[in-house]
Amino acid sequence: MKPGDGVETYEAEAQPRLGFFTDTSVCIGCKACEVACKEWNLVPEDGLAWTGHSYDNTGELNANTWRHVAFIEQQAPDPIKQGKQDFRWLMESDVCKHCTHAGCLDVCPTGAIFRTEFGTVVIQDDVCNGCGYCVTACPFGVIGKRERAAASSPAGAGRTSGQSPDVLQTAVASDGLGAITKRELGGDGGMHKCTLCYDRLQNGMEPACAKACPTDSIQFGPLDELVERARERCGDLVEAGVSEARLYLADENDGIGGAGAFFLLLDEPEVYGLPPQPIVPTKNLGTIWGAAAVAAGALAVGVAAAFLRGEE
Amino acid sequence: MGSNMAENHPVGFQWVMEARLKGARVIHVDPRFTRTSAAANLFVSIRAGTDIAFLGGVVNYILENERWFDEYVKHYTNAPVIIDERFKDTEDLDGFFSGFDPEARVYDTSTWHYSGLPVQETAGERSKGGTKGEQSGHGAQAGQFVHGEPPEEDPTLQHPRCVFQLLRKHFRRYTPELVSRVCGCTKEQFLEVAEALCENSGRERTSAIVYSVGWTQHTVGVQYIRTAAIVQLLLGNIGRPGGGIVALRGHASIQGSTDMATLYNILPGYMPMPHAKQDTDLATYIDNHSSTIGWWGHLDAFFTSQLKAFWGEHATKENDFCFDYLPRINADHSTYQTAFDMLDGKVTGFFLLGENPGVGSSHAKLQRLALASLDWLVVRDLYEIESASFWKDAPELETGELETEKIGTEVFLMPAAAHVEKDGAFTNTQRLLQWHFKALEPEGDRRSELWFMYHLGRKLREKLADSDDPRDKPLLELAWQYATSGPYEDPSADQVLREINGVGPDGSALGTYADLKSDGSTASGCWLYVGSYADEENKPARKVPGQEQDWIAKKWGWAWPLNRRILYNRASADPEGKPWSERKKLVWWDTAQKKWVGADNPDFQEEKPPTYVPPNGARAENAIAGDHPFILQSDGRGWLFAAAGLMDGPMPTHYEPHESPFSNPLYSQRSNPTRQLFARRENPYNPAESDAYPYVVWTYRLTEHHTAGGMTRTLPYLAELQPEFFCEVSPELADERELEHGGWATIVTARTAIEARVLVTERMKPLVVDGRKVHHVGVPYHWGTRGLTTGDSGNDLFPVALDPNVHIQEVKAATCDIRPGRRPRGKALTELVASYPRTVGDEA
Repeated sequence: MKPGDGVETYEAEAQPRLGFFTDTSVCIGCKACEVACKEWNLVPEDGLAWTGHSYDNTGELNANTWRHVAFIEQQAPDPIKQGKQDFRWLMESDVCKHCTHAGCLDVCPTGAIFRTEFGTVVIQDDVCNGCGYCVTACPFGVIGKRERAAASSPAGAGRTSGQSPDVLQTAVASDGLGAITKRELGGDGGMHKCTLCYDRLQNGMEPACAKACPTDSIQFGPLDELVERARERCGDLVEAGVSEARLYLADENDGIGGAGAFFLLLDEPEVYGLPPQPIVPTKNLGTIWGAAAVAAGALAVGVAAAFLRGEE
Repeated sequence: MGSNMAENHPVGFQWVMEARLKGARVIHVDPRFTRTSAAANLFVSIRAGTDIAFLGGVVNYILENERWFDEYVKHYTNAPVIIDERFKDTEDLDGFFSGFDPEARVYDTSTWHYSGLPVQETAGERSKGGTKGEQSGHGAQAGQFVHGEPPEEDPTLQHPRCVFQLLRKHFRRYTPELVSRVCGCTKEQFLEVAEALCENSGRERTSAIVYSVGWTQHTVGVQYIRTAAIVQLLLGNIGRPGGGIVALRGHASIQGSTDMATLYNILPGYMPMPHAKQDTDLATYIDNHSSTIGWWGHLDAFFTSQLKAFWGEHATKENDFCFDYLPRINADHSTYQTAFDMLDGKVTGFFLLGENPGVGSSHAKLQRLALASLDWLVVRDLYEIESASFWKDAPELETGELETEKIGTEVFLMPAAAHVEKDGAFTNTQRLLQWHFKALEPEGDRRSELWFMYHLGRKLREKLADSDDPRDKPLLELAWQYATSGPYEDPSADQVLREINGVGPDGSALGTYADLKSDGSTASGCWLYVGSYADEENKPARKVPGQEQDWIAKKWGWAWPLNRRILYNRASADPEGKPWSERKKLVWWDTAQKKWVGADNPDFQEEKPPTYVPPNGARAENAIAGDHPFILQSDGRGWLFAAAGLMDGPMPTHYEPHESPFSNPLYSQRSNPTRQLFARRENPYNPAESDAYPYVVWTYRLTEHHTAGGMTRTLPYLAELQPEFFCEVSPELADERELEHGGWATIVTARTAIEARVLVTERMKPLVVDGRKVHHVGVPYHWGTRGLTTGDSGNDLFPVALDPNVHIQEVKAATCDIRPGRRPRGKALTELVASYPRTVGDEA
């Protein structure tokens, strides 16, 4: 078991690192993950806009979409059909990767983003000030800002009803154990993304999306077990002639140190709108800070010199 | 085939995906490449409305290549039975079977019978040659023999009039070339499917065929399923694990509502509704609908027990157990006939519970016009659906066909509780009852159906308490005592289940329908459900996890009848009672114990040996031989040839849909000659083979929405996933009609024109049929005037053209025109439609 960056600070309270293995080869595009996520986490509706992009009217991950099912209609031989048909329809449920080296966590100036005892990466709603640094630090474009629900700019742009997302701010939810808790979500001007259902994890439950997935395309569990299972599954597929099958973000030596949520893809990551070689932007931060320190020092010397000169 | 299981039954589809992971081969045959096709190992596109040609080709392939399961076919089907010498096939009569009455357009089915004896359908309509659609014993057809086995058989299957040879003759022209010509797939694709089915059937392997409303909603819908039955019987795939014909129902507990007789012509348990003229008293009814052979021989016990459940102590032997209290049937009162009767002022009041015909029924415009003709309408639903709001927002207000001020319908909208707000059982596709518990009390005025019906009955009875009018007696004497609880006095669903299960003379819950009596000492609401409350336990509420029991999981819920998970499972063993193979064993005859044993509950008399031969004079189940598994049929066999019970033929025949751009390449008779049409001005048809309507169109559903949309267009999390009405067309059709991806299209039929956003997709492909290229237009039907996302209703396009057996509408294949841009508004819309050709009424 390889902990995510920083989980060792939990010492005795550290838990096995938990994550998702999303096997796109059995995804049927039902979007139950999207709905279950929104239901559980009280994520607001994200607009009623028809895109015409196959059956994908969700578009992308953002503050109000924490699971997104991509639909790719592709003129390509389908190995599942022994290559006899020259057309296939790929589906993939995307989610926050909960990176081992998480750029969002690195850059968060308020400490709102933290590494949980499960090795997942979570934003604390009540600490986040909405600065947005994490948006640019995420190599996958996962995080978005949930704009304040001003009457002039509703978060659910394009909605046709008069129902405001503000309703969700006072929504009441059960934590699954009988206790009723009030959640302050939605329209808070903060940054939002998948929490890997931190509250469910703390109560020994699997995340809502994995629970709802009918075909086990989304699998949840200890990361090392998932990786082992995924390698086996991928090997079976390749052996069965699906030569393009590959694991994505399961390698701890990649640019993000491996992910807590990784994927089995049936084509290049770009086909799914995923970066082929993601690198955490803070990877070279040490070197950069070193250089910056030298520059700052030089600047300080220069400024001091200028003042000194001015006094002359 | 005829099913988009991944999209419409995604939860059930997990088992298909699991089977695929274990090596099963998944084949999808459909006009359109769907999410199911994406998950399949083989996808074959065929023209909508041609499945009988495709499956008929499979039948022919099995017969011509000697691929049938010989022992199964000879013992378990009626293949050896010799048919009446007067019988003539469609091959003899150019598309007609013998007995057709061209005036009434119905068959006299007497020439289809077994040679040497009269056959009748049991618990169903007899071959009266009468009106379509009166009584029905839905799913319960069987023949009646005076004694023993069919008198004339040829076990060698060589006699020219034996079923096997008739089948061979009937399907001989369904060659791979013909399949390709009619369906538009390639010959190679067809052969791959046929071979795959044969290869995966036999002693060691079984194949299942899954269908849904893509098969039923045709003017030949019942015959689609019949063709699948023939394929599965020839291959030995019925009554065995992994086999069967899996009918996926349209939504939750539709199976249960059919079992409990929401259809107009049956009573709970598929017993026929008494007929006004033929069923004059109880004895006559029993005589008319009972069978001497098979389990329908106990109709008297099932029926009397039901009357006892209805009227309790008031039902006595002296008053025929209140038989005269039951309503009588005297005509077709099916849903579409009723809509016309509303227009004609014959039906003035109407209850709509959980249905939205103003969006969900074929020719939805006709439905709205019909609702607007009523005096009063009660709608119980979660939201104010289009069928309740038509008076203020129907599209016909815009065209001037309706005016709010002139609509006299008084609408009573009763808010309904959702399933999490009430106790009850769902009965799903494999007859499995699963109990659900109320999670929270409904808020506001929302109430359960049970609450509504119970208290409605209670109030009516209170109002009539002093009445001595005989017509009020059926209501006043109903057994209507239910325990209530909670803040709204909700009746106990558990008690209702127990009442359906039934009780014996001592008042304790019955364990099996074999214990029902015809003397009034037992009461049971539905004979098929006896055992669901055996030992005073709510069996559907059992939820023992799969890993804590064997693979058949008998302790999860409860399946009718008697918790059997696979019907007719005697067929999982060979005629001697031994499993066909170790790999596929399910139940078998244990020679030491002298009884049937196995993983499932045997669907056979437990102690009847495989060698049993019924003695002369044997009755009911005792008249079924030990090697005949199909115990509800009067000869105990699976019927390759339906000697009785169907309106439109003993064997399936390819007919074109009522609206089709093609003639029938097999016969000069184009469409099903007995299909039910309505010659009315409000119900115009597209002329067949008309250049004005060159494209094939049909409706379907998307995962993201539920049927007519009342439960999903209203919810932001679902509405946002498919937020607008669209149609699907191929790039070729888009070029041909200058349709722009993402733009708008107007789809026209003789009924109306609707507009939809255009989704141009490679998933839609034109097919070459009979040398001509044909395009499909795909139309999801979820939208209406209300909810978070609104749009025109796809069902507005379709006519009322029905299957003659079950009166189901043909919405899975019709014709249309499509043009770029939005539809005209107001009167210009009706003018556009009027500029297209139309026919009214019958067209052979």
